[in-house]
Amino acid sequence: MASSNSLMDSLFQRSLEDLIKGLRLGESTFISRSLEEIRREIKLTDLSTKSVALQKLSYLAALHGVDMTWAAFHAVEVVSSSRFAHKRIGYHAIAQSFSDQTPVMLLITNQLRKDLNSSNEHEVSLALECLARIGTDDLARDLTSEVFTLLGSSKALVRKKAIGVVLRVFDKYPDAVKVCFKRLVENLESSDPQLLSAVVGVFCELTAKDPRSYLPLAPEFYKILVDSRNNWVLIKVLKIFAKLASIEPRLAKKVADPVCEHMRKQNVGKSLLFECIRTVFSSLSNQEVALKLAVVKIREFLMDDDPNLKYLGLHALSIVAPKHLWAVLENKEAVVKAMSDEDPNVKLEALHLLMAMVNEDNVTEISRILMNYALKSDPLFCNEIIGSILVACSRDSYEIIVDFDWYVSLLGEMARVPHCQRGKEIEHQLIDIGTRVKDAKLELVRVSRALLIDPALLGNQFLHPILSAAAWASGEYVEFSKSPYEIAEALLQPRTCLLPDSIRAIYIYSAFKVLVFSLGAYFSSQEPTSSPLAQESTSSGPSMVNGFTYNSISSLVNMIELGLCSLSGTIDVEVQERAKNVLGFIGMIKHEIAEKATSQNSETEAHRAIAFMEDVFSEELGPVSSTAQEKVPLPEGLDLNENLEGLQEICREVLEPMAESDYSSDKVSFSVAKLRIRDQEEASSSLPPPLESSSLLAEHRKRHGLYYLSSQKSDDHNDRDGNDNNTSNEYPPANEISVDSFKPKKKISKPRPVVVKLDEGDEPKRKPDASSSNDESLSRAIQTALMGKGKGKEKEKEKERVKENHEMNVDTENIEQSSRREKKNKKNGERSGKRSSRRQRGKEASVTKPVEVPDLLL
Amino acid sequence: FSLLSSCFPRSCTFYLVLCIILFLLAQESWVCVLYFQIHFVLLVSRQGKVRLTKWYSPYTQKERSKVIRELSGVILNRGPKLCNFIEWRGYKVVYKRYASLYFCMCIDEADNELEVLEIIHHYVEILDRYFGSVCELDLIFNFHKAYYILDELLIAGELQESSKKTVARIISAQDQLVEAAKEEASSISNIIAQATK
Repeated sequence: MASSNSLMDSLFQRSLEDLIKGLRLGESTFISRSLEEIRREIKLTDLSTKSVALQKLSYLAALHGVDMTWAAFHAVEVVSSSRFAHKRIGYHAIAQSFSDQTPVMLLITNQLRKDLNSSNEHEVSLALECLARIGTDDLARDLTSEVFTLLGSSKALVRKKAIGVVLRVFDKYPDAVKVCFKRLVENLESSDPQLLSAVVGVFCELTAKDPRSYLPLAPEFYKILVDSRNNWVLIKVLKIFAKLASIEPRLAKKVADPVCEHMRKQNVGKSLLFECIRTVFSSLSNQEVALKLAVVKIREFLMDDDPNLKYLGLHALSIVAPKHLWAVLENKEAVVKAMSDEDPNVKLEALHLLMAMVNEDNVTEISRILMNYALKSDPLFCNEIIGSILVACSRDSYEIIVDFDWYVSLLGEMARVPHCQRGKEIEHQLIDIGTRVKDAKLELVRVSRALLIDPALLGNQFLHPILSAAAWASGEYVEFSKSPYEIAEALLQPRTCLLPDSIRAIYIYSAFKVLVFSLGAYFSSQEPTSSPLAQESTSSGPSMVNGFTYNSISSLVNMIELGLCSLSGTIDVEVQERAKNVLGFIGMIKHEIAEKATSQNSETEAHRAIAFMEDVFSEELGPVSSTAQEKVPLPEGLDLNENLEGLQEICREVLEPMAESDYSSDKVSFSVAKLRIRDQEEASSSLPPPLESSSLLAEHRKRHGLYYLSSQKSDDHNDRDGNDNNTSNEYPPANEISVDSFKPKKKISKPRPVVVKLDEGDEPKRKPDASSSNDESLSRAIQTALMGKGKGKEKEKEKERVKENHEMNVDTENIEQSSRREKKNKKNGERSGKRSSRRQRGKEASVTKPVEVPDLLL
Repeated sequence: FSLLSSCFPRSCTFYLVLCIILFLLAQESWVCVLYFQIHFVLLVSRQGKVRLTKWYSPYTQKERSKVIRELSGVILNRGPKLCNFIEWRGYKVVYKRYASLYFCMCIDEADNELEVLEIIHHYVEILDRYFGSVCELDLIFNFHKAYYILDELLIAGELQESSKKTVARIISAQDQLVEAAKEEASSISNIIAQATK
């Protein structure tokens, strides 16, 4: 019964065409029904039926995303057929579905070996294609000798595929270099254009990974660069030279001439021309003639109607921009014109170029142009523009910004661009400028006020972060505000219910600051001697109109009380707690305001409380270094290396915020918690203790001076400057800051305000690149192989060099010996074991020695 | 006073290590693909139907369908007068439309886009020569042939054959091999011939 079923299955099997036709009818269950059939057919013993089933399955997998990993074993079965038609289907399926984890991988080694040794070149080519796609470490190791044999094959079809496979084999099994490299290099001198194209392709990829190892091959590549007429080969060779020239400057000089020649040719292919330009821009930019010629050619690209060329022209310019800005400036019109191109990719490249041109003289003009574009363009590009302005302007602690008033108002403008979604960045910069640039505070408060009082902005959730920054700034720097009442009103307007709770909490807290400030000003206005701080802020705040009258202060207090009343029942605890805190404070103070108006008793309870509250808010906040934690010396008895050493390296960024939040749980939390306000993490810090806080801090500092960051590192002059700036500070800030020395610039009438910069740590540290061990072993193997190769040909030259440079002689001799030893080892095969340790040393020596470029090129 | 590690609860550490491992696993498939010039080839019809996929870098089936979805969405929506390159996840995708089919190839950012456009054109010319003015239906019913031709053109993502004649010769030699061994093949091609009329 079963056998008759299987016979029926083979006889009436759906062919691939039937399957495709069936699919085109669009039946929904067709795929699952066919899969069932395939599962049945693929188990039959008849290889023809099996292979057709496999073919159908690979069709479904390729185009309909059906899983075919379960059929791995059947694919191996089909490959073992003696018929080419079956093999082809099988190998195709394997290349399509196998990965390194496929369990039946071990089963195909022998089959691949058999096919690689086959007399039929097409079977060999199938096996090579498969190996190129799926080769694992084991496969590469086991089949290296077969690949080596095929590299010398007389059939071009086989040989060029073998060359292609070498790439995968080297990657997986670096020791194969010892066997195959020589034959690979020999192919560089091949006259067959197809072989040449294949081998140059392989070297192009190899060089991209590790240029230094291939420097000795420069003469061969140079010959190809001069002689070849094939565009695709030339492009690859240019890519190789771009890599080589960047590590060997002398090579750049030599290559520049032929590259220029290619560029000057009439009717040169655009792809080759572009590659020449890119090579010049990326690696030969010190060769003046070549660079000038390339800039002329790039102008042709920019003027072309073909959007591809325009895009590539802009792209190439962005490569050269960091080193030779004049090349971009010469094409400024074209770049600006590209900003209104219909292609978003072209616009993006133009934007990058414009940002590369920005400096302190033109930042205003370029930003104005860009803001105009931002208003007109689609949301995606608009945000791209805003984002790149923000990045460019904030680079290196706002290096290019001279007029901070302008920049702050620009930030305010950005918030009003309809599509703006860069709230987070703008928020960060508003607060950052507030803490770093003293002179910008007035404008910051003005811009913040304008943002806060606009009820329309509250409806846009992308602007919420900006509003939170504005709320914080107008609370923190309320002394610069013209009308505290207006700000408090804006902070408590009904539409604030649209804000998320965390930001609402900041609003309330800022309103509290406004209240404290106003009360302070009210109380001190009648006895100027009692509170030096309040007096200072009244006199220093240039926009301060004058003190508060009883009427104005009581209406302010009433307004705040009214606004907060409804909030004391909010579900969110943070909002509720803050509202209650403020209400409690008002309750304590309220009746004394009235008393104050009548009696002249200066030492009321309320007065003292307000003085303390002002004290609490008076300390200026500075920027916090991202490496602040690292500067804390290690306390005795704490073993940081235990268990977590590796972890700390890997995830410094993840750990840092957590470490910071640990600060707050400590007694120092007062100062740190205040600093953290700018991160809107007030959530975790309750109201600081109003009494004796400052003196506590001082005491703590005295006792635990060890944990405070020393300010001795920056030079004394700067440090004093920094402290002078913060005159209202009773104590030097807890975080270490130094002020960059103020340098007057020639053309600028208005001096650039001081920007507080941190010594280091403004930029997060970069992790050192960990190159994989596989790469290293590959390059080591290649260097060894090249040393061996160069030996015979350049023995004479080597001897001449001996006279010139005795030291180098020792090195090269060593390497010669080691490579000689290696050759012997290869002959002796098994016996090499005991010498391997010495060989290893020889290899090490070859790595440490810089690779020489043969003289004939230089 | 507390410092990084002393205050770390164990559970937290464990969680972090777990996160890192997961992160590395997720990254792996994207990180280890930097070795090939062309990472994959896609043929998508104007209606968004996939006609051919060839992956030279390791992607799982899930990633493959995600890539196809993402890219066909972007490419099909681009207007006719725009440039043929898109930047995508740190790679470049070069595409070109021939009649109703989009040919896409994904390359590294430093690779030569114009060269890849030429490779695409080359492939189309070879297909054209093989099928005799190729159309979408040819590729639908002979999808395996399109693969075999592509295999002769690229190996391990590298261009390996630049002569159209040679490719045509190799493919026809292989076809003969198949036909000599198997009668069915010829009957299949008859069916195709009828279907494509």
